[in-house]
Amino acid sequence: MELIQLAVGGVANGCIYGLVALGFVLIYKTSEGVNFAQGDLMMLGAFVALGLGNSAQMGLSFWLAVPLAVCIMFCVGWGVERVVVRRIFGQPQFALVILTIALGFVFRFVAGSIWGYSPLVLETPFNGVNLRFGELVISMADLLTIVITLALTFGLWTFFAHTRIGLAAQAASQNQMAAYIVGIPVMKVNSLIWGLSGAVATVAGVLYATRGAIDPNIGLLGIKAFAAAVIGGLGSLPGALLGGMLIGVVEPIAGRYAPGGIAIMSPYIIMLAVLVTRPGGLFAQIHMKKV
Amino acid sequence: MSLLEVEDLAVHFGGVKAVDGVSFAVDQGEVFAIIGPNGAGKSTIFNLISHIYQPTRGRICFDGADITGSKPQDMARLGIARTFQNIELFDHSTVLDNLLMGRHTHRQSNFIQDILFLPSVRREERLHRERVEEVIEFLELEAYRNKRIEGLPYGVRKIVEIGRALAIGPKLILLDEPASGLSVEETQDVAFWIEDMRRDMGLTVLMVEHDMGLVSQVCDRVLAVANGKPLAQGTPHEVQADPHVQAAYLGTPEEVAV
Repeated sequence: MELIQLAVGGVANGCIYGLVALGFVLIYKTSEGVNFAQGDLMMLGAFVALGLGNSAQMGLSFWLAVPLAVCIMFCVGWGVERVVVRRIFGQPQFALVILTIALGFVFRFVAGSIWGYSPLVLETPFNGVNLRFGELVISMADLLTIVITLALTFGLWTFFAHTRIGLAAQAASQNQMAAYIVGIPVMKVNSLIWGLSGAVATVAGVLYATRGAIDPNIGLLGIKAFAAAVIGGLGSLPGALLGGMLIGVVEPIAGRYAPGGIAIMSPYIIMLAVLVTRPGGLFAQIHMKKV
Repeated sequence: MSLLEVEDLAVHFGGVKAVDGVSFAVDQGEVFAIIGPNGAGKSTIFNLISHIYQPTRGRICFDGADITGSKPQDMARLGIARTFQNIELFDHSTVLDNLLMGRHTHRQSNFIQDILFLPSVRREERLHRERVEEVIEFLELEAYRNKRIEGLPYGVRKIVEIGRALAIGPKLILLDEPASGLSVEETQDVAFWIEDMRRDMGLTVLMVEHDMGLVSQVCDRVLAVANGKPLAQGTPHEVQADPHVQAAYLGTPEEVAV
């Protein structure tokens, strides 16, 4: 029973990792680069929702504050691409890595100077609401986290697999020159995807905030989420979610049954194990070059 | 009537005049080749026509409209398709998906319809699939339909790229060295396809090519360039016989003496 209880909490936690990992995959799918500010986008999204919704701040209704925060962060993601990322178009991928690490610092500073560095709690209509199934206790926040994550992943998968714009984004990620030639406005598609990753990060941030206090350093969770994305195969949306869940479930179980310290290392141990056995990740999108 | 008119085209990269004052016109239904030694600016002219580069000077008119200043993503919609010397395909996708991407600008369905996968979307997809199947049949790519590009031999990739250009449904097709790296038999196939594109599909073909055998066989007219400047224009025979062209390829007697 204890194991199941741990696993449920772990799955919910894993959903957060998975959602941030989705952000990594989105950017990777379009620009074949890694956005190391993804975790900080999540943090900023959570703070924007908190700033709009908490009674001590703007005091909007939770159900209004969250969609508004998602829209604002869509614009932030879109704007980051338009104003900053586009300038390094065509530069080596390493430029994007350094740029996004720097962006992460900027986001942390911005959030810190607006909302301070001490932990704050997002007020939600379901703070402290628990559901009981026999001995099993599931918090409303955990349940919502799981449901929303699954729905969002399915939605994004449909978007990439079936819509004209989603297919265009996939094409642009494989070969920008070829994408131009078949009539895809590559730059616009990139902006849109950055916007989308800002929006997804915000959903992750709000769900994270429903489960505990937030401060400007929670973005460091992005490193674990990156491990999740790598485990899943970096180009795969379901893979990112699965990688996140795997880490999320193993962490609390290792914390309970394994010697201290193993739990903290577990995401990276899993990542190493996956990389050694399946270098392309569990849902490999990168294929061995034929020689 | 001219389908494509290029007037006094020039592009300078810093002090390098990659293309400098090139003018020519390609008639509707014509097969036109640009030849020249390596580094003459042939591919740069292609990149200017497909608007990957913006010209420093000059004008490009297509189908009666001035298209100078357009964006590269506008070309497919205007009816200009191209291939690349170094092959630019969606490497992780299948041949079929690559060709279907060529239909991108022809897709009418909107976002909501796509998400719901309405009957109208399915009908439209069948239509695009039919067009793509025609291209597959034309280029005899049936055996490779569901193969990923990254595993295919060079010659096949080259043909897939021509296929994607045809799937766009263009008026003008730009072929950048269609025969380079191909065997004699494959080059012969390319020659037949170019003939068919003109005769059966009513396409206008502009190509850059080094293989003078292919050029003489399929082209109506040829423009020779060297160092970014035009040297001669005329039938393949006339251009090959031109003393300036021969000098550009072989060097003048004086240069040889020095």
